[in-house]
Amino acid sequence: MMDTSNVPTGPRENPELEEISPPMTVVGPVAWLRANLFSSPFNTLLTILAVLFLAWVVPPFIRWAFIDATWTFPQEVIEGVRGPNRGDCTASGACWIFIQARIGQFLFGFYPADERWRVVLVFILTFGAVTGMLIERIPFKKQNAIFLFLILPILSFWLLLGGLGLEVVSTRLWGGFMLTLVIACVGIVLALPLGILLALGRRSDLPVVHLLSVMLIEFVRGVPLITVLFMANVMLPLFLPPGTTIDPLLRILVGFTVFTAAYLAEVVRGGLQAIGRGQYEGAASLGLGYWSMMRLIILPQALRISIPAIVNTINGAFMDTTLVAVVGLYDFLNIVRTGSRDANWIGTEIDGFVFCAAIYWICCYGMSRYSISLERKLDTGHKKR
Amino acid sequence: MADIAKPGRHDRQAATAWWRDERIRGLIAQAITLLIVVGAIVFLIHNMIVNREAQGRPFSYSFMDNIAGFPLSMSLIPVDLNSTITRIMVAGMLNTMVAGVASIILATIVGFLIGVMRLSPNYLISRLAAVYIEVFRNIPLLVQLCFWYFGVLKLVPNQKNSLNLLDAFFLNVRGFYLPRPLPQTGFGWIIAALAVGIVGALLLRRWSRQRQMATGERFPVLWTGIALVVGLPVLAWLAVAMIYGTPLNWEYPVLKGFNFQGGIVLLPELTALVIGLSIYTAAYIGEIVRGGIQAVSHGQTEAALALGLRRSWTLRLVIIPQALRVIVPPLTSQYLNILKNSTLAVFVGYPDFVSVFTGTVLNQTGREVEVVIITMIFYLAISLTISLFMNWYNKHIALVER
Repeated sequence: MMDTSNVPTGPRENPELEEISPPMTVVGPVAWLRANLFSSPFNTLLTILAVLFLAWVVPPFIRWAFIDATWTFPQEVIEGVRGPNRGDCTASGACWIFIQARIGQFLFGFYPADERWRVVLVFILTFGAVTGMLIERIPFKKQNAIFLFLILPILSFWLLLGGLGLEVVSTRLWGGFMLTLVIACVGIVLALPLGILLALGRRSDLPVVHLLSVMLIEFVRGVPLITVLFMANVMLPLFLPPGTTIDPLLRILVGFTVFTAAYLAEVVRGGLQAIGRGQYEGAASLGLGYWSMMRLIILPQALRISIPAIVNTINGAFMDTTLVAVVGLYDFLNIVRTGSRDANWIGTEIDGFVFCAAIYWICCYGMSRYSISLERKLDTGHKKR
Repeated sequence: MADIAKPGRHDRQAATAWWRDERIRGLIAQAITLLIVVGAIVFLIHNMIVNREAQGRPFSYSFMDNIAGFPLSMSLIPVDLNSTITRIMVAGMLNTMVAGVASIILATIVGFLIGVMRLSPNYLISRLAAVYIEVFRNIPLLVQLCFWYFGVLKLVPNQKNSLNLLDAFFLNVRGFYLPRPLPQTGFGWIIAALAVGIVGALLLRRWSRQRQMATGERFPVLWTGIALVVGLPVLAWLAVAMIYGTPLNWEYPVLKGFNFQGGIVLLPELTALVIGLSIYTAAYIGEIVRGGIQAVSHGQTEAALALGLRRSWTLRLVIIPQALRVIVPPLTSQYLNILKNSTLAVFVGYPDFVSVFTGTVLNQTGREVEVVIITMIFYLAISLTISLFMNWYNKHIALVER
């Protein structure tokens, strides 16, 4: 048993005793290491394995991507004596000048160089409007929404496609990251309202509407996106009245929109199911009809709950845009892949794909972080009440 | 008294007008919807028939008996240039199954590993798992697939300089070569012994459970079961080896001229597809597993330990059964995703169903509608089958409410 009579109850009572910090085995980095990395023999073994794995993977990657990589063109290329090629890069490092040499094509596809400012303008406007919507502190949400969903689509359509004083740029020339963004944005903007309608249809009391919505949603969700794109590509022209033609990009947009809408519908349905009966009954007792009830009471709440899941679905849709290469569109991935097949750039496949992966990763990781932060914000809102 | 006259008019005002009756409005809305949808479908199909007839290709499935006339780089059933389109289609379906099943197995293993690592008390291990999940979940599957196929597997050495493991496994640009097992006389006995062992172990488990329920005594089912399942085949192996000689031979791949002969070859296309699909899906499965295990409240562990259950039993009898209930439904949708994503085989040239049938056959015959209909039915049927099976399994392990 410990004799407690001599133990001081605090540093103040015995000024001769210095204040002693807790032992190193309890706090501080050593303690942290012991608790988190070496708490048991098995844990120590795991730590050693993990360190070995990191030592095996990380240094070679850094050497390849940064130290041994080629970042600048050789002098002859800068002077314009000849074009760059794979031979200008070190054999053991990444060939980043391949990306530099082709960046215009990777971003804009075959869009004429003199007209690319139009794409940049559309991008800046969209980016600005979307940022304004996403960040809560920025005011003018209503005006912004009207601009984003009504004015901007028409404006972008005119700017990108041309006509009315601008040079017409056929969609066959569209490509690269721009095409990826166009497909993703158009698909998502059109799929949202369609998805909400389908979700409402699936929750409807009217058997015919319910059945039709369920059939469409389950059919689309049951088949792979590639087959939907195939179908849109080869069957849409057949289904139109004889003599009509339909732009290949438009076919893909139709397929992509319907596909995304089916997935969004299920997400929105989840939100709708989370709304209590009391809300419906309350709205009905106020004398609201079906559409006013949905528009004013139910949907604002349901959509708010499902925003994180909607962002996740949008994220998935963004990644799915890579599949449009199957019908011969030159989206970002496809144009990088085509670029590395160029005779001057044989052997740049890995460099191209790593660049692609990095760009996609930044976009998707950003979106998923945004969805997580939203989820947290909405979550605390619920708990406070 | 004139005020209360004309009661008929009064009634008419009180009753709701028929066009405001909710049921009637519902019926009208449905009728209009149905009319629009049916009208649109009839219009589209009419256009299709007119268009197809104008092109001289009326709707018909007779092309399925035609000779396809193109080879497949891989097939489980024998096909050649004279095979019918139906046969080629079935070969493609089987190839889809091969890629799907292999990816499902691999993704499940890797995914559970990642999920458990994510929860490890070891900081490094859990960080590694987190990085794995965040990296592979946020890069499009097709980019990963292209990376593995065009980036990695196309850059391995050629046949002469194959990567060699134990002179039995070889990796080169033509694929991954494995030894092929060749069963000899008496091999059937070993299979039979294995079957007997499995049935015996299952019966033993039932018996021991009944005994435990009745008397409370436990029986070491696990060890006896393993002994039965492993021991019986080993005994049979030894017996067959003594009577007939070795029951199983291996055919090793050997470099002859420019190529390897013998053994089993996994096409680089298949290898890349399975690697890409499993690595991508494992990131999602890892998150599902982590969420499932975390969903079991810590009180359950504490209660089980307080009852005196061992750590391993706590895990097996308390945590895992409850975690599985949370894990299984999203896991099902991941399996369905693997199946649907296996269609990305088109991009790497693996002869799966879509690549062979919806791609090549459609291009050759120009029978868009017929081909697309079969494709849709195939995927819908598989999706439905997996969903039904998983729903059954889910019901099987779901909470029994008393």
